[in-house]
Amino acid sequence: MDDTEIGPGADPAPVVTLEQVHMSFGPVHALQAASLMISPGVCIGLVGHNGAGKSTLANVINGRLAQTQGQVQYRGEDPVQRNSQNAHNAGVRSVFQELSLCPNLTVLENLRIPYRTMPRRSWRRVARQKMQDALDLVFPGHSIRPRATVGDLTIAERQMVEIAIAFADRDREPSLVILDEPTSSLDAAIAQQLLDHIKRFCSAGGAVLFISHMMGEIFEVSTRIVVMKDGKIVEDQAAQAFTRSSIVDAMGHVAPEADTADNGLSRREFGPEIVRAANGLNARAGEIVGLAGLAGHGQAEALARLFFDHAPKWKPAREPEVVFVAGDRARDGVMPLWSILRNLSLTTLPEFSPRVMVDRGREANLVQSWKEKIGIRTENLLNPILSLSGGNQQKVLFARALASTAPVVVMDDPMRGVDVGTKKDVYQMIRDEAAHGRCFLWYSTETDEILECDRVFVFRAGQIAAELTGDEITEESILHASFEMQEAAE
Amino acid sequence: MTSDRLRLLLPMMSLAVLLGAVFYLQPRAMSYFGLNLLFNLAIPVALATIAQMMIIMVNDIDLSVGTFVSFCACVTATFVHDTPLLGYAILATAILAYAALGALIQLRGLPAIVVTLGMSFVWGGLAVLILPSPGGASPEWLKTLMGLKTPLIPIAVIAPLVIALVVHLLIKRSWVGVILQGVGGNERAMERAGWSVVRLRAAAYGLAGLFGVLAGMCLVGLTTAADANIALRYTLLSIAGVILGGGEFVGGRISPFGAVIGALTLTLAASFLSFLRLSPDWQIGAQGAILILVLAVRLLFLRKEAAA
Repeated sequence: MDDTEIGPGADPAPVVTLEQVHMSFGPVHALQAASLMISPGVCIGLVGHNGAGKSTLANVINGRLAQTQGQVQYRGEDPVQRNSQNAHNAGVRSVFQELSLCPNLTVLENLRIPYRTMPRRSWRRVARQKMQDALDLVFPGHSIRPRATVGDLTIAERQMVEIAIAFADRDREPSLVILDEPTSSLDAAIAQQLLDHIKRFCSAGGAVLFISHMMGEIFEVSTRIVVMKDGKIVEDQAAQAFTRSSIVDAMGHVAPEADTADNGLSRREFGPEIVRAANGLNARAGEIVGLAGLAGHGQAEALARLFFDHAPKWKPAREPEVVFVAGDRARDGVMPLWSILRNLSLTTLPEFSPRVMVDRGREANLVQSWKEKIGIRTENLLNPILSLSGGNQQKVLFARALASTAPVVVMDDPMRGVDVGTKKDVYQMIRDEAAHGRCFLWYSTETDEILECDRVFVFRAGQIAAELTGDEITEESILHASFEMQEAAE
Repeated sequence: MTSDRLRLLLPMMSLAVLLGAVFYLQPRAMSYFGLNLLFNLAIPVALATIAQMMIIMVNDIDLSVGTFVSFCACVTATFVHDTPLLGYAILATAILAYAALGALIQLRGLPAIVVTLGMSFVWGGLAVLILPSPGGASPEWLKTLMGLKTPLIPIAVIAPLVIALVVHLLIKRSWVGVILQGVGGNERAMERAGWSVVRLRAAAYGLAGLFGVLAGMCLVGLTTAADANIALRYTLLSIAGVILGGGEFVGGRISPFGAVIGALTLTLAASFLSFLRLSPDWQIGAQGAILILVLAVRLLFLRKEAAA
């Protein structure tokens, strides 16, 4: 632990101390043996790949999640049972990516919501003054009126309001402000104002936990940098001890498994280009194209746009051009009340219904053959789909797509919550299908899946940041492209 | 602020257009007595619309407003008239029941539309039990209150505006109202800030119950008798009134003045169709057509606003 950078005049007692904190959601260990001490005057930069446990750590610190093991201690007088109350009493505030404002209320009314003990007499005047002060303090020269309705503001202005509320003077002073990707929707000048305010706030004795994938910002404000990987804190040192590449090194490198190296990467001949999107995404017949990058950087949207551009609007096509494999099974995959058989035959239904009625015999044959081909573990295909495990449900969704004649298969992170055995089966199947000339577009947040691809597009902020082929596809190069690396600019 | 004003502009314009059309068809309506007759039944409709607005404010919908108002009217015409103490106790219990429903819906995560649909049969059944055939009598003070002769402008016009003003102060200006609107705006944010959404939803439902009771009482004051089916139409009228007045089904966007104006517009639409000498068989359909027309115009407005 390194907490030598305490600002002048600050209370030296740490704001929050985590000791060996574990957090698990069922079998998933989101946080393992995390120990962290946040002292006043320190700005901690928190970095890590998708699912490394950054948000879980932030949520444990602000008390929204109760740790399953370990100790969380806050500064301040008598601790009570609930962490969220303790965190609130200690002055811990947080700003999250999903906006937590009420769009139907005005800016000043939104301050009333977290400020629960606001004086009741002429509260509007108090709220307007405090909101104005907070906005002026963090974003001098802003043009947000406290009486504007939040729904009428731009996304950037809403983000500014949310940040200002976190730094606002309420019933108690803020002691630790957690900022999760706060600059994602701010332009450079406004982001700079925020960074400047963070520096001022920390030198006045406040603490900040700053989560960002913008390396430049991390290095600019942090006095300490914490790197997380697979739910563990792997590095925790003064910012000077790091370079950009040493951070990337600390974040990544899952050792590639020996058997994947020879299989997927053998060179093959590809057919003509059959997919080309406006943003530069393209794919050839027989190719497996990966969409990589941090979660939520426009990969799913790019796939959805591609799919809907090629899908017929009114009349179902007998031979669809593109089929879709959903990753969020519950939202856009399974029909929860239908049987396995019905779920599997959904896309191919027009083939079995030459006129109006469905040819049940042909449907059952096809489903039976896919059950054997893909290994769906069930005794009776008429059982409801929800009787299957998550992995087997996903196999049904794969079979639904592959049973069609569509030359292009779009996959939106399809392996979410699927066990390793099933994954191996599916990888093999995708490779076989690709060898027969099908083209796959595969968005995945897992590096070992991306390593299966022939070509990879790395997305950042909705744009394609890099295109990698063959030997260039390594975890390191993907990480480099997903995180902003503006070394040349500085 | 600007978008809120724009939301209010359309209901006011539709009311003005409709009023102009009525005055054109029947110039004699342009008098103290005429206005009183035109808007006579607007007071209970406005109160029922406010009740519905409280529910829509927290992203729910209440399909039992009509039967609840009928039930309250039946209680007013019987118990409140005969044994006032017991009568008021029943009405107070009904309000508490409404609040309890709100808490239940939040606690168990039930869909409000199903719960209130079920409750509509409960209220309807109770109303029939209390008053199997039309009858009863209005308490004297209610009859006097509703028949009040106010100077210059008739009470049927003043009362809805007063109701709107009071609710506006309560919901739009006071901090309690802001917190209640927050539930519709972003429920998770409210939870995170430490507010008890169960209590807030119960409060919103309790307020709806209160305004439902007031609607039932006013209705009896006007008609001087009650019937178990007296206010069945109020369910749809109240929903239409809230939406007509610039409210939205989700997102906690509501306007008390808009809701009351919406209620007035709908009442006036019925009179307008009578003045047109349209056969009563066609009136409900024509009322629906007016509603669709106004809402379509609003959609165009909002699209333009979003594009700008």
